Amino acid sequence: MSETLTRTPRRSGPARRVGDVIFSGTSRASALLILVILAGVAIFLTVEALPVFASESEEITGGQGFVSYVWPLVAGTVVASIIAMVVATPIAVGIALFVSHYASRRVGQTIGFVIDLLAAVPSVVFGMWGMQVFAPKLVPVFGWLEENLGFLPFFADGSATGRTLLTAALVLAVMILPIITSVSREVFVQTPRLHEEAALALGATKWEMIRTAVIPFGTPGVIGGTMLGLGRALGETMAVAIILSPGPFTWNLIGTGNKTIPAEIALNFPEAAGLRLSELIAAGLVLFALTLAVNLIARWIVDRRSEFSGAN
Amino acid sequence: MSTPTKDRTPARRMDHELDHLSGIVPSPVRPAPRHLSLMVLGGAVLATLLIHTVLDRSLVLSAVIGYLLYVIGVNVAYRLTSGSRVATDHTMRALVYGAFVLAIIPLVSLLWTVVENGGARALSPDYLLQTMNGVTGVHDKAYAEDGAPMVGGAYHAIIGTLIITGIAALISIPIGLFTAIYLVEYGAKNRLSHAIRFMVDVMTGIPSIVAGLFAFALFGVLFGVGTKNGVAGAVALSVLMIPTVVRNSEEMLRIVPNELREASLALGVPKWRTIAKVVLPTAASGLASGITLAIARVIGETAPLLVAVGFTRVLNLNPVDGPMNNLALYAYYMFTRPLNPGYRDPSIERAWAAAVLLVICVIALNLLARLIAKFFAPKTGS
Repeated sequence: MSETLTRTPRRSGPARRVGDVIFSGTSRASALLILVILAGVAIFLTVEALPVFASESEEITGGQGFVSYVWPLVAGTVVASIIAMVVATPIAVGIALFVSHYASRRVGQTIGFVIDLLAAVPSVVFGMWGMQVFAPKLVPVFGWLEENLGFLPFFADGSATGRTLLTAALVLAVMILPIITSVSREVFVQTPRLHEEAALALGATKWEMIRTAVIPFGTPGVIGGTMLGLGRALGETMAVAIILSPGPFTWNLIGTGNKTIPAEIALNFPEAAGLRLSELIAAGLVLFALTLAVNLIARWIVDRRSEFSGAN
Repeated sequence: MSTPTKDRTPARRMDHELDHLSGIVPSPVRPAPRHLSLMVLGGAVLATLLIHTVLDRSLVLSAVIGYLLYVIGVNVAYRLTSGSRVATDHTMRALVYGAFVLAIIPLVSLLWTVVENGGARALSPDYLLQTMNGVTGVHDKAYAEDGAPMVGGAYHAIIGTLIITGIAALISIPIGLFTAIYLVEYGAKNRLSHAIRFMVDVMTGIPSIVAGLFAFALFGVLFGVGTKNGVAGAVALSVLMIPTVVRNSEEMLRIVPNELREASLALGVPKWRTIAKVVLPTAASGLASGITLAIARVIGETAPLLVAVGFTRVLNLNPVDGPMNNLALYAYYMFTRPLNPGYRDPSIERAWAAAVLLVICVIALNLLARLIAKFFAPKTGS
């Protein structure tokens, strides 16, 4: 009794017991483990990639050093992802507006579920669909592009199979649609009701209300969601590996050629050994850095929004 | 009320507001005839059918032209009857609806393709209960030419998927759950929890193939270069799964009312028992549904397993010894490297059947998550 009394002033929280120590210790350890895992990803990839940077440039695939090996891959990855982002963003914003401001609540929820489903379809299935169904459908479109826009370097020479970078980019667009949609929908829903009602009370039409109240409020969130989608597209592997028939980098988006980092790894990893293995892991490290940068920018934009948003 | 505009300089704010005013004030709105947009829609549908049948264009092309006609038609019709502002409103409405339909098309096409190509095979007991052990291109040729029964299925891949995903769940759920508990119950707003929240965000963005490379490199260092087994795959999947579990669980724990915690603590219950007996049961349905969604996210992963697990045609029940198979990987290899390059169809059929099983799994898990969240939610009203 007296012991508890003397202890009371020192401890402000509830009594400390073995169970508490174990439980909080486990929680803290799990939390720290996450930091360890993330550090582990960076460290182990670097360690395994080191032989590439120590070796002669003739030994690297292509014979001209790691940089000239990896830049076409980076270029292909970035081009495909940016096309995907540009195509997906307006559509995703449209769907998000549809769900948040046009459809009824019930319909909106159903659509939300369907969009989540689209996000959950395995990428390998997207790849198979893209190659077997979507690519052949695009061949006449490529023919049309070549005929009418052939003077542009992007549409120089149409592929007969449709397995091109543009096809892969469009499938990527479908795949990143859900994430951009769900982030945009979340911020659109948070638009302060008073802003919307004020706009409507001034006689604005629905679109004018959206343009003056919803869009300005949601823009940072949409940009953040778009960047998250870009990050997803950069790292997407199987769909590109199946659809794209790989080749050296070319600006011609509708012809054979181009590779992306993840697809290059997936296609060559099972047979790789020795230095080739290190090369692919080093390419993976480049991809990791690329997606990390994009995601950090995305988070920064999304977090900045919460600082001066009216809803919070 | 604070708005985003408040942070701007006065001069820019004026511009901004004037800009908006000028957009709203001018033209008055006149009432439009009822069902005008429906009439335009009818016209557009008619035009689509005409282009398709009379001009003999493909259905897709005529639908695209029909839609463009609809957008233009709506704009013109409302501009004539009600003025430019209503016209813009209805045009944007048409575009928003169009975006929605455009997004549904690939989903429907995809599901249809999957079911059409693999539906029958996926449900045959032969496919579900046979492995690919000993099946070669000769069998496929016999099936394609002489009508012999198709041999070889995905039994080993199904079992492999269950084992690898199961181990990944066993690793990720405790780590993810305890991290969420730390963030909500212990970390409060200290620097460590800020750092962890940030790192979880970063982890969410790790490309799946990089997770695979990590597991491969880790096991290479620990057990010798080139070690590929089921546990390595499970570790790779965990890297992808943990952040999802943390994010979902954190959200669920955060909405447990503080009154419950305080009531329990006030009765002298230790903090850990409060968490275990009050907070977790209250959030249980949300946690379960979040975990189910996390499993759904990784069950179809291919790239990390391609790198970390390898590929085999036989049943391997031992996750610490040698390569295993997995449904997504099975579909990928069957699709891209048919057993008999001269007779690709049987292999491709197997790949689509695996895709059917995967899609069924994913849809079932998503529905399950919804149902758990709906039916086991704590009773509200206090």
